[in-house]
Amino acid sequence: MTISTTIDRPAARFRQIRVERLVRRLLQIALVVLALLFLTAFLIVPLVAVFYEALRDGVGAYLESLQEPDAWAAIKLTLLVASIAVPLNLMFGVVASWAIAKFEFVGKSVLTTLIDLPFAVSPVISGLIYVLLFGLHGWFGPWLIEHNIQIIFAVPGIVLATMFVTFPFVARELIPLMAAQGTEEEQAAISLGASGWKTFWLVTLPNIKWGLLYGVILCNARAMGEFGAVSVVSGHIRGQTNTMPLHVEVLYNEYNFVAAFAVGSLLALLALVTLAAKSFIEWNQRRSRTSHETITGEGQ
Amino acid sequence: MLNIIQIPRRLRKYSVLPGFGLSLGYALLYLGLIVLLPLSAIVTRTAQLSWEQFWATVTDDRVVASYRLTFGASLAAALLNAVFGLLVAWVIVRYRFPGRKLVDAMVDLPFALPTAVAGIALTTLYARNGWIGQWLEPLGIKVAYTPLGIIVALTFIGLPFVVRTVQPVLEDMSREVEEAAASLGARPWQTFRRVILPELLPAVLTGFTLAFARALGEYGSVVFISGNMPMRTEITPLLIITKLEQYQYSEATAIAVVMLAASFVLLLVINLLQRWLSVRSGQSA
Amino acid sequence: MSIEVRNISKTFGNYTALKSVSLRIDGGELIALLGPSGSGKTTLLRIIAGLERPDDSDAAVLFDDEDVTWREVGERQVGFVFQHYALFRHMTVFENVAFGLRVRPRSRRPSKAQIREKVRELLRLVQLESLEHRYPTQLSGGQRQRVALARALAVEPRILLLDEPFGALDAKVRQELRRWLRRLHEEIHVTTVFVTHDQEEALEVADRIVVMNEGKIEQIGTPDQVFHQPANEFVMKFLGQVNLFHGRVEGGRGIFGSLVLDSGGQELADARAARLLVRPHELDLLPSPNGRPSVKVKVTRIQAAGPVVRVELADERGQQLQAELTHAQRRELNLTVGDIVHVSPRDARIFVDDYSI
Repeated sequence: MTISTTIDRPAARFRQIRVERLVRRLLQIALVVLALLFLTAFLIVPLVAVFYEALRDGVGAYLESLQEPDAWAAIKLTLLVASIAVPLNLMFGVVASWAIAKFEFVGKSVLTTLIDLPFAVSPVISGLIYVLLFGLHGWFGPWLIEHNIQIIFAVPGIVLATMFVTFPFVARELIPLMAAQGTEEEQAAISLGASGWKTFWLVTLPNIKWGLLYGVILCNARAMGEFGAVSVVSGHIRGQTNTMPLHVEVLYNEYNFVAAFAVGSLLALLALVTLAAKSFIEWNQRRSRTSHETITGEGQ
Repeated sequence: MLNIIQIPRRLRKYSVLPGFGLSLGYALLYLGLIVLLPLSAIVTRTAQLSWEQFWATVTDDRVVASYRLTFGASLAAALLNAVFGLLVAWVIVRYRFPGRKLVDAMVDLPFALPTAVAGIALTTLYARNGWIGQWLEPLGIKVAYTPLGIIVALTFIGLPFVVRTVQPVLEDMSREVEEAAASLGARPWQTFRRVILPELLPAVLTGFTLAFARALGEYGSVVFISGNMPMRTEITPLLIITKLEQYQYSEATAIAVVMLAASFVLLLVINLLQRWLSVRSGQSA
Repeated sequence: MSIEVRNISKTFGNYTALKSVSLRIDGGELIALLGPSGSGKTTLLRIIAGLERPDDSDAAVLFDDEDVTWREVGERQVGFVFQHYALFRHMTVFENVAFGLRVRPRSRRPSKAQIREKVRELLRLVQLESLEHRYPTQLSGGQRQRVALARALAVEPRILLLDEPFGALDAKVRQELRRWLRRLHEEIHVTTVFVTHDQEEALEVADRIVVMNEGKIEQIGTPDQVFHQPANEFVMKFLGQVNLFHGRVEGGRGIFGSLVLDSGGQELADARAARLLVRPHELDLLPSPNGRPSVKVKVTRIQAAGPVVRVELADERGQQLQAELTHAQRRELNLTVGDIVHVSPRDARIFVDDYSI
């Protein structure tokens, strides 16, 4: 009621607008602070804690725990697994998106959904299914024992489980990207006499290279960091079938916290590099898109 | 060009681009070997159980307690993420403040940070003598080794989902709609509740469901902080591993089937939600 | 090089794009495929190019009487200019134009110097020499269009095919490019087919126009023929504005209300439903009927800004008519809004059940 009686006077109206603006500004600050508090508690503090705990006993202890043979073996195994799983999924991603994004056929959306399936499956189950296939009592278990091949509790099982959980990453990035780009450029290349391979290498690939890199980076981060699925199939043999995340668990359960966080800090670094690369790619794409828009804007 | 599978003409549209048969064939083969064949092992293994055995396994007290805990904690974490995810997305899109870009990039940390590392970090923080735990202890709040700790871990891993689904919708949302609402006499809160929130609802729900689905299956970040006490803080994925370590393959598989069924229902819900989302954004565009 | 297509049909799912179309185009001609959207014109062009396949095995596409129906697009030696240009966005203008030469098998590939020379020559032809290092996103719409054309010409096509070449450009650039395409065609003289939905464009640029509707060819003829002697009602309506009168044919005369027209030397069979189509510039405005068949109308609007005066008229039943006069004629009639005048068709066509009589 006070407002309605005072707004007739310009000075009072002006004061009221200023109060409203102040309230809005305070609300903004409150929301930003609340959001930052939440993110700090859930993201920043845990991240800082990893490095703090790793360096708790000094740089010497940190480096020492990384040079331990079992830690080294874990690092090498992780790199090995990623270097097999990522290229295979990359190849699948590119080939599958070519079929799905560049052609029209019946059953396309079903196929796309099936590719996403591993994301819906719990990591533990992702490991379990390979145990059911290749484990001692699995489908192929007896045959494998007969031929003296070990998959479960050995490196091949770890690679397979990692491939399963990282299966959709590349395809998922590429399918929408390639579909959005359409097929006109490829048709133009073909009409100019280019072969299928040349069209792919000279026209399609340069257009998807950033999306491809994006998918590979995410795929790699997950491949190196996967815990649940690998945990089921690895058997936790120190120095042999422990990947870095598994080694972190072993050290932690032995109350060797500094060593656990030291190995963990390497994985956290990997995460930070992944985030930086991801942001760079996004920034790069946004930049090229906006420069494209401004220039065509002038041109028209 | 080599055609591994001949697709009948009427099932695909003619295209001058080559390699359809080869690429589709390779994709199907790889998908079949890596994903479908292994997943089918679950079904055949379960089929070896009689219905009574299956039912007894999946309704065992300890198993039911694990469902209750897993679903409850996942739901709580997803709800927390829905509220705070909306807040974070709003703040990132609508306000300019120092460090905004860094915050935007950091939101994806839970996707990039291996779950085991997140697990040990959160456990250390929320333990009785941890950085955060020591402040909660005098208040009588225990986080580590309690269901609350599980909620904390699941909130961490589900954090990006709501932010990343709401963010693009919010960026695309036309300011004109808000200005129109204001010009029609709506107060800011009314504009938010009656205009903005309904627009964001499909995205929030999608993000919520994604976070919930992810939390249901999560293992790595939870095992460290939960304490893993049967009946009290034992989540279903852990129970599967426990059964496996005791070589109770069939029981582990039976529980896995229940979880898979829940995941597939959620996958279906997510697909429907995303269709709704795209219809919505298509209309508003 | 001549092009001939025979019995081309094409369906996409439930949608029929082409219904048994046959057409012959002579070497060196500049042809427009004209029609509304969904008329099948782009599909026909893409089938000629080899980008789509006809449905039936008795269909044929012949280049200089050589059957190329089932030959791949890359082997047909056609230059295709896409509606949205489809320029390779990560390549410069130079690289775009050179693409077709660089992807040739080594045995047929020109040397680097030859490619350079050829590309420069083409860029001169399309007047883009100074922009060879630019990327497609740094070009205007008209420039992109010309790059697309140069790229298509680089492979020395036997046939040049253009899909809505000016569709995405604004009106002024369009005008310039039309005339430029005409001149270019006179210079290089390659058989050229372009698709358009703009009748003015077709009339201005093409040697002959193929008017298409709902997957069929309605008429083939020179711009003069299709404009002045439309084969049917659709062609007449599609190529410019018309006034439509409903009536009947009786005793060899067309009866459209008070308008009674003689056959004009042509035989008119009796028909219960006939339509009289008159273009706005073929309507005379008279102060009094003077013995000519006419309709009494009222002037509702005069729009005199422009080379001709457009007059909107309404007859007693409220039906709208349009007429075009010269400024001199208008002064002579002293025409103002609200005047009652008589309109009489100078030239008209009567159509009965889609047959021109």
